[in-house]
Amino acid sequence: MSGLRKDFFIRARDFIHAGEASIRIQHLLKTMQFDPHLIRRIAVCSYEGEMNVVMHGGDGRLHMELESDVLKLDISDAGPGIPDIELAMRPGYSTASDEQREMGFGAGMGLPNMKKNADDMTIESQPGRGTRVRMRFFLNEGG
Amino acid sequence: MKLAEIVRTLEATVLAGEAKLDSDIVRCGASDLMSDILAGLAEGSLLLTGLTTLQAVRTASIAGVGAIAFVRGKIPPAEVVQLADAHGLPLVSTPCSMFVACGRLHACRLTGLNGNR
Repeated sequence: MSGLRKDFFIRARDFIHAGEASIRIQHLLKTMQFDPHLIRRIAVCSYEGEMNVVMHGGDGRLHMELESDVLKLDISDAGPGIPDIELAMRPGYSTASDEQREMGFGAGMGLPNMKKNADDMTIESQPGRGTRVRMRFFLNEGG
Repeated sequence: MKLAEIVRTLEATVLAGEAKLDSDIVRCGASDLMSDILAGLAEGSLLLTGLTTLQAVRTASIAGVGAIAFVRGKIPPAEVVQLADAHGLPLVSTPCSMFVACGRLHACRLTGLNGNR
C-alpha cells in the first residue's frame, strides 16, 4: 500500500472533537495491520501534535502520507508560533492555560513525547507565522 | 489480575465494558495529566484517574490502555461513557481515593507501567 494521503482539519479550542483525527489514523493503521508498537508510536505523535494545535495554535491541518517505506505526519497551524523552540522541547515546560490544565493538559511532555516516538522530527515556527511539525516513521518490511 | 478482581478489590461500579471483565491487567498507571499517560508504555494497563473527560478516554485509547478506573467515586457524563463504549474501553468508578486505590492494587502485586513496584 503506498501513496495514501489523508487530511484532517483541526479546529482550535475544540476540546469536544480534539484527538479524533489521531484516533482515525490509529484505527486506519490497525485495519491495515501495522505492527502494534509502530501504531502506538505514530498515534502518540499524531495525538500530541493534534492537541498542541487545539490548545495553542489557530486552526490547523493534520496531513498524513503513507509511502511504501515511510509514513509522514505533517501538522501545521495558523497560531501564534513558538518563540523559543528549545524551551518548548524541555520536559515539563508548558504554556497551557489554567483552564486547559484543569482538563489534564499542561504536563509539558507533548513535544518530548513526539520527539521520542518519531524516527525524525522537524519544527518550523516563527512568532506570528504559525507552526509546522513534520515527523517521519520508517516502516519495516511488513509494516 | 483479572479486571473483575480489580473491580472487587476497589469496590468499583462498572460503567462500560462489562464484556471485558475477564481481561488480564498486569500494570497500572495513575495520572491526571494526559501527556504523562502518553510518555510511558501503557498498553493493556489499568489507568487510575480523576479526570472524567472525553480527552481522558481518547488519551487512553491512543495509549492502548486496557481499562480506566475513575477514583473518588466520580461518574463521568453520558457522552464519555458512550465514547468509551465505542472504543471498547472498560470504565469503572471506585469510591476509593487515588492513594487508597493505588495502595490496594500495589498490595495485589500489580506493578507500575514500567514494571516496577
